[in-house]
Order: sequence, then structure tokens, then C-alpha cells
Amino acid sequence: MTEHVTESTIEYKDVWIFVEQESGQINPVAFELLGEGRRLADDLGQKLAAVILGEAIDKLAGDIFARGADKVIIVDDPVLKDYRTYPYCAALVELSEKYHPQVLLMGATILGRDLASAVATEMRTGLTADCTELGIDPETKLLTQTRPAFGGNVMATILCKQVRPQMSTVRPRVFKLPPADCDRAGELINETMALSEDEVPTKVLEFTAHTSHSNVEIETADVIVAGGRGLGGEEGFELLKKLADALGGEVAASRPPVEMGWVTSDRQIGQTGKTVRPKLYVAVGISGAVQHAVGMQGSDIIVAINKDPEAPIFKLATYGIVGNLFEVVPALIEALAGVVRTSGDLSCETVENDG
Amino acid sequence: MNIVVCVKQVPDTTQVRIHAETNTLIREGIPSIVNPYDVHAVEAAVAVKESVGGHVTAITMGPPQAREALKETISLGADDAVLISDRAFAGSDTLATGYILSEAIRKLHGESPIDLIICGKQSIDGDTAQVGPGIAQRLGFTQLTYVIKIREIDVPARRIVVERQLERGHQVVEGQLPALLTVVKEMNEVRYAPLPNLIKAAKYEPRLFDLESLGLDRSLIGLKGSPTTVRRIFAPAPRAGGEIIADGSKTAAEAAALLIEKLQAEKLL
Repeated sequence: MTEHVTESTIEYKDVWIFVEQESGQINPVAFELLGEGRRLADDLGQKLAAVILGEAIDKLAGDIFARGADKVIIVDDPVLKDYRTYPYCAALVELSEKYHPQVLLMGATILGRDLASAVATEMRTGLTADCTELGIDPETKLLTQTRPAFGGNVMATILCKQVRPQMSTVRPRVFKLPPADCDRAGELINETMALSEDEVPTKVLEFTAHTSHSNVEIETADVIVAGGRGLGGEEGFELLKKLADALGGEVAASRPPVEMGWVTSDRQIGQTGKTVRPKLYVAVGISGAVQHAVGMQGSDIIVAINKDPEAPIFKLATYGIVGNLFEVVPALIEALAGVVRTSGDLSCETVENDG
Repeated sequence: MNIVVCVKQVPDTTQVRIHAETNTLIREGIPSIVNPYDVHAVEAAVAVKESVGGHVTAITMGPPQAREALKETISLGADDAVLISDRAFAGSDTLATGYILSEAIRKLHGESPIDLIICGKQSIDGDTAQVGPGIAQRLGFTQLTYVIKIREIDVPARRIVVERQLERGHQVVEGQLPALLTVVKEMNEVRYAPLPNLIKAAKYEPRLFDLESLGLDRSLIGLKGSPTTVRRIFAPAPRAGGEIIADGSKTAAEAAALLIEKLQAEKLL
């Protein structure tokens, strides 16, 4: 591949979103990015385009227009059927060098993190990972990319002044899902790929989904009850499960319980775990160190239960209870048993009851 | 098999605190450690060597004290180590760092061809997970990230089969050698270093690669070679005030009742 060079004579324009899909299912992070991308494109006075790669994916364009894209570029090719670094990187770089986007955003999913740096390196451009905030500087029109650093202890705002495209990745659920306007239409561009299967150095042999007991989609739960070191062991998590059940939520954890094997790593929330934004996050026996906070501080309501009144979690909590969790949690479980739950309580629509 | 492991010396960010008044990082007294994921990478490399034979070289880009991190890799079983260090490297972002590391590996490759590079999935200070893939791209190595297990290595057939830890399950991928792997913690358990390794590590002096010995293009390193720049650093904004609804003076039952009242008011129950 010829060395990519950002030339000052080329006009770079438009905000691009890489739309991640698997087996014809668009990852919701792409929609979240389209929502944010719309705002950025409007601030720039430019268009919002989406790039989607795969096989048999042409029917997905409608959903992408619905979430705000002005253009959708599709590359539909058997070599793109399963995600692999080589062909996806080649396709994205080729498209980028043809169309010259100003900005290229991707979800910071495992796929996105595998792909983003490969693409950025090929294009010798700047990439900022895990951005929690994006903006357009009114004077310079540069993309301002803000992200946590040092394990979340500080925030840094990064710029990519000269090279294009300016690339960022964003974790799922950092931005809100935009509404879908199903009547929206836009420009559909079909592009092709001249890459043969023989040129690709990897093959996907098999995929084994997690079994249901360990496959926990805590990221999409409306209620999360998370435990920390204070739980003391597996039995503590059994207690937490009862609370989670009573609240209709999922069990999660900070890093120490995962390291100690009290709970599986797919339930870990924080800097080296998952990011969640549930409606209700109950932190039990969690000190609230920044490495954990970065994974849950976007929750709507945070409840903290901890025996240490100085624990940093209380600075994050909407409601804090200082006390012994082994007394408070059982009391809560008991009290919840007597509570009449309203139907559809955690959804946006209110249900009208007849008589 | 000739294996290179990339490691980074990082501050133990779990111990980093923000100064309450000045909102700056308190870095004094924070121990430097080998990036935890990189320790698993060394362990993985040593395991490959024990399985198919070969040689493990650990490399790190850092200031002079990063040689302590390299000594630790020797105690974990690496055969030798290279410190890549030069004042001119300071201020490098991930693109420039990837350039420097890949040139160092290219130099080693020229001495003896490299079959496998193993990195940790990310560093705990930068948290970008960008350098590993950057090196793979520059060197044309097959990129395999989030590796939780090496199932098979067939050196004559130039083939490696790995298991990758994805969000919803495990994926098995076959790739051509030479390859670059980034590994997750669940890859292995790090063993205690046996005494002979500790003795070797204590006396070990790594090779040094600097700007001159690598023949690097100055415009591609340091601040000059970094397309990204930090405009500003600031303390994260605190969440808008909450309330302690029950301190030690209330009973558990009272606290529970109060909380339920609040949650009902928030329409969460």
C-alpha cells in the first residue's frame, strides 16, 4: 500500500461513522454514534455518512438513514462476511482515501478496538480511544476528543491538528440512542472490494457463544446491583443476587471480586471491564475508586451502601447509606417484598389501568 | 520459535490519587510496575517456548528506569531483553510509539527472524490498546487481539490457531505466521519466578537501542511524530450532589424503608 499522506490541497469533509454489524445485526453503538455524529456534522456544516461492510447487508441501509445518516456507503462482499482485521482495514482505508472524510468514528467494542488502530496506523493518522465527549471547536473547527486517562483519574482533551481523518472510538452507551425516523432517506453508495480470499491471512474457524448462566448482558440491564471487596466472598454475592432479583436487575462487580474469583469477569464494571448506564445502579461494599467509577458514573440514579462514610462512592451516589451491608441488604430485600411494583415501571411508556 | 514480548512500565494507577485541593495527580510514592497485561504476555511467550522450543526476547520503550521492568521479564523466564530508550522518544503518541517499537523489532528480525510478537491487550495508564495493532500493521504481521488461548502452533506450516475472547463468546481463528497477539488476563496464571531466574534477573543488563542505533526518522518520533496532541488535562467533574439518607445512626430497617421511599419517588419501583 502506498504511504498515506494527508495533503493540504485535498478537501477533507464529512463525518463518517463505521457501522459495526454481525450476521446482519447492527451493533447499537453505531446508532449512538450516528446520533452524536449528526450533531458534529451540523456543527461543521457538513454531511454525516456511514460505512458498513459485510455480506448480504444491503437491507440495513434503511435503519442507518433512520438514525440520521445523509449517505450510506456499503461494501457487500463474501470476503467481508465475518469480521477480520485485514479485509476490513483494507476496505476502510481504501474508502477513506477515495472520499477523504474529516472525521471517522467507531464503537470501542472488541471489534472496533481491533480495527481502529490498524486503520489509523495504515493512514498514519491520530486516533483517540474511548472518548467520553466529542465536540467541534468553534474557532479551529477541529474535533475535540475528551477521554479519561491514568486509569480514569484525569480527563484529557486531545486534538489531531494536521492529519486526516481525525479518528476516535467511543464505548457503547456513552452516547444516547437517537430516535429513529423511519421515513428518512439518503444517498446510497455501493462500493466494491478487489480483495481475494487468498490474500487474507486469517480464517474464522468457529464461534462458541457463552452459555446462558455466564452470558450476562449487564450492559443493557436497567437495574444493576454491583458488589465490591466488602462482600467478602461468594456468599456475599449470593446475597446480592437476592437483592438484584427483588429489584429486577443484574448482578455485577468491581475488579477485586472478579480477581478473587467470587464472580465471573463478564460482570466486571470499570476501566478494565464494562461501561454501563442503567437507570439504577446499587453499589454495595464498593469503595468507588476512579477505575470503577468510570464504568458506571453515567448511571441515572446511584445508590451506595458502604460502612465507610469516607468512601469515595458517596461522592458519586444520589442516595447513600452508611452501614453494614450484611444488615442493610437483607433489610432491603425484606422491605422490597412488601412493595407493590408498578407495571412497566422501567420503561418509557406509562400503562393506563382500567378501573 | 523466535518470540518478542512487548512490555511497558507503568505507574500503578490503582494507587494514583487526585490531590483534594489542587486537582492534580499525586504521583510521588506511586510504585512502577510492569503493566499487568504484559506480565501475562511474558508468561504466554514462555509457555510457547516450553511447548515448541525457541527464544523469548522482551522489549520495552521507556526511560532508563524501565530496565527494572525488563529485569522482571527475565525473572519470569524471558531469555533476554532490550531497552529502547532515548530522550528524543519523549512525547510520542501511540502512532509514534508504534513506529519506534516496530523499528526495534525490525532490527531484531534482521538478526534472527521473528515468528511471534505477544503484547498485553492494553496498558493501564494509556488504556488505548492501540500500540499492538499498530506494530502488526507496520510489520505486516497477522493481527490477533483479545487472545485467551493458543490452541495450536504449527511452525513448519506457519500456522497458529487461537481462541479470542469476544463480548458474547469465544471465537477460534486460524492465522498465518508471523503473527502478533494481544492477550487478556484470563490467558494464564502467572507463575512464581524460580530462584535461578531471580538470580539471573538481578544481574541482568538489557541491550540498549537508541535513536541512532535504530536509524529512526526524527520527524516520525516524539512530539513531532505524533499526530495527536493533548490540549488540556483536567479532573473529572464530580457528579451533582447526592445525599446520605442514612448514616450510622439509623437502623438497617429504617435505612431500607427510606431508600424504598426515594426509589418510589424516582419511579424506579
